[in-house]
Amino acid sequence: MTDAPLLAMRGIGKAFLGVPVLAGVDLTVNRGEAHALVGENGAGKSTLMKILAGVHTADAGTIELDGRAASFAHPAAAQRAGIATVFQEFNLLPELTVAENIHLGREPRRRGRIDRRAMNDATAAALADLGFPDLAPTAAVGSLSVAHQQITEIAKALSQGADLICMDEPTAALADAEVALLYRLVERLRERGVAVLYVSHRLREIFDLCERITILKDGRLVDSVATADITPDELVTRMVGRRIEAQFPPPLPGTERGEVRLRIAGGGNDYVDGIDLEVRAGEIVGLAGLQGSGRTEIAEAVFGIAPFTRGTMAVDGRPVRITRPRKAIAAGIALVTEDRKAQGLALRQSVKANARMVLDANARVHSRARLARVDGILSSLDLVARGGDQEVQFLSGGNQQKVVVAKWLAAEPGVIVLDEPTRGIDVGAKHKLYSVIRSLAAEGLAVLLIASELIEVIGLADRIAVLHDGRIAGELPGGATEQEVMAYATGRREGTHQE
Amino acid sequence: MTAFAPRRLSTTALIHLALAAVLAVGGAAVALDGGNLFATANLVDMLTRTSLTGFLAIGMTLVILCRSLDLSVGYVAALSSLVAATTMDGQAANVPLAVALVLLVSGLVGAANGAIVAFLKVNPFIATLGTGLILKGYLDTEYQGPAGDVPAVFQQFGYTRIAFVPVSALVMLAVAAAAIGFLRSTRTGHHMYAVGGDVDVARMSGIRTTRVLLTAHVLCGMCAGLAGLLLAARFGTGSAEAYTNLYELDAIAAVVLGGTLLLGGKGGVAGTVAGVAILAVLDSVFNVMQIDPFAKDVLRGAVIIAAVALYARRQLDRTARRPRFAATPRRPS
Repeated sequence: MTDAPLLAMRGIGKAFLGVPVLAGVDLTVNRGEAHALVGENGAGKSTLMKILAGVHTADAGTIELDGRAASFAHPAAAQRAGIATVFQEFNLLPELTVAENIHLGREPRRRGRIDRRAMNDATAAALADLGFPDLAPTAAVGSLSVAHQQITEIAKALSQGADLICMDEPTAALADAEVALLYRLVERLRERGVAVLYVSHRLREIFDLCERITILKDGRLVDSVATADITPDELVTRMVGRRIEAQFPPPLPGTERGEVRLRIAGGGNDYVDGIDLEVRAGEIVGLAGLQGSGRTEIAEAVFGIAPFTRGTMAVDGRPVRITRPRKAIAAGIALVTEDRKAQGLALRQSVKANARMVLDANARVHSRARLARVDGILSSLDLVARGGDQEVQFLSGGNQQKVVVAKWLAAEPGVIVLDEPTRGIDVGAKHKLYSVIRSLAAEGLAVLLIASELIEVIGLADRIAVLHDGRIAGELPGGATEQEVMAYATGRREGTHQE
Repeated sequence: MTAFAPRRLSTTALIHLALAAVLAVGGAAVALDGGNLFATANLVDMLTRTSLTGFLAIGMTLVILCRSLDLSVGYVAALSSLVAATTMDGQAANVPLAVALVLLVSGLVGAANGAIVAFLKVNPFIATLGTGLILKGYLDTEYQGPAGDVPAVFQQFGYTRIAFVPVSALVMLAVAAAAIGFLRSTRTGHHMYAVGGDVDVARMSGIRTTRVLLTAHVLCGMCAGLAGLLLAARFGTGSAEAYTNLYELDAIAAVVLGGTLLLGGKGGVAGTVAGVAILAVLDSVFNVMQIDPFAKDVLRGAVIIAAVALYARRQLDRTARRPRFAATPRRPS
């Protein structure tokens, strides 16, 4: 063993089409260390990770592993060197089993034939060793929960002999209860001397898990500090280079609670049941609950993707039967979907084309004024793009989300459902989106907000409906504590909050 | 209380059930018509039909599993029949050389297809349409009418049978068995599922994806070569005209009917063989019952579309969420 750190990247630089994305970035990670890499979107975290993963090659700088110079021409080379990367989109094949995925490309053989029994046995042993003996090696990966897929991905990395596992927003798709599994896993990895490079926007996880933090801003290194030497507020300040006063902006002056705009009575289908919910004009109602508790299912029912088959719905007092999205749009309902890239945007089309999409598809008249309104909405959201003709795939997550919101605002909805609007969005852009949500309420929209980060629901919503197992387990006022919400979400408590 | 959880059939099991159903319904229809579908002559007819499409469809399964396609197989088969017949030139002693040469030529065309798809990143539909047209041009200008002479000993491959089973069908089944083993038990075969499932995942897992794709195309070409050998054996000569039968479309239909996803990553040769058999049974039934060719094609088309629509439904089912409040309302606890 040498005293050299496991990984030392020095003076890393990278430019795409002449635009510098990284310049002079240093990163050192020690064995068995959990190291956070933070920065706003566009700060260069992803590029740095991709250089480490062998997806991109650095234009400048050196990489040393255990004190020896290394360079990765392609992903397989990085893998052989012991660096594994768990991206947000998992590198798993849903049709194959857990064992087949873990051993993909390195299937054990006996007399030239794939030895499936050895493969399954080795997988079972590895999973038990990680503390997940319940995960079946022969289960099809497509049938697993996100958390279990993540565990499969990490087990795969370990079986490839990884010394350093880079995790890109590992908790973005996890419910709070599943995050605990990940915490446990990270601890297990460190005990084994495996280092973890943790990229996340969730400050609490960073402070819970990581020993050191490397901060990037605008493609440059800001600092690399021990977690003990910095407070969350200081960290945010150094990431964004300005101080965000309060994490959640207060309601805008002039926001008035009006008539009930969305009313669901006894709504139910295959996934949720007995849903009674009212959202007034100017009100933000939060839907909280664990992953799979039915949050997204309610959003999809309201918007007619998987409609309610029981109960009634009314918009602005008029009863409506929403059986497909087109009817929802006609009734003045908008849905910002959970999966921005798959359901919210046509990635290869321009900002303008995306922002006009709902209008194009549903407006009978194409007035010049309406189209001009779209441009106005885009600029009011502080969209950062090279122009209206830029393809949305090249925008940051926060700006992409602004395009989605703009698309819906163009249709002038009365009710807007936001499903995980800040997923995978950096701190600065999140703050901007919170303000956007506040202004939606101020304009008299009824806002139904779904977020797996409890703090968002608590900080933004006027009322919180907590789901458990497909039903509303209880309702809490905004500003309730996380413990109160969790009591309902985990099914420990039922009924209306009395206090 | 016993709950009867309906066990989900695998797609391969489903397609074999469908084959049994087609045999039963077809047999009954022919019987009502006063015939016997299972008379030796009809069985021979059915099995003979399976071998040619079978060879092509086995190779096609491999490329489709890799999310590729090969539209040139009909032309490769025609070219192969000419290479075989002209090389044999009536001499039994030339047979081994001719077979080797056919496999080489057809394998090379497959390699060219694979290289164009894998390295030049041309969409496989266009790439193989292109190579197919190039071969067509060559065949049309170089061969007007049949050429070459297949010795009697090799014609046996086309006509001999053991009981009611033609040797060509046995060879086809042997190739199918080899392909099943290849896909299941070798790394390269297993990796075809990964390449077709998600090429980036496969690459990130250290799989040499271009090599896998190339292998699939070479094997597909060679399967078309085998089909060409069978054509030569049946005609006793090489025939450029063979491509006019659009064998490639039959092969693709059989693969899809056999439950292999056209988007790759899922399926297998066992299903394909059943798909080939279903098409052969249908053809035999239509022949025996003397249904006019127009209605025959309409029925075939309808069967293929119905099958794929059924698979699409199952695919949706698989991704659907677990219903929590389905059918029976749950009791208050």
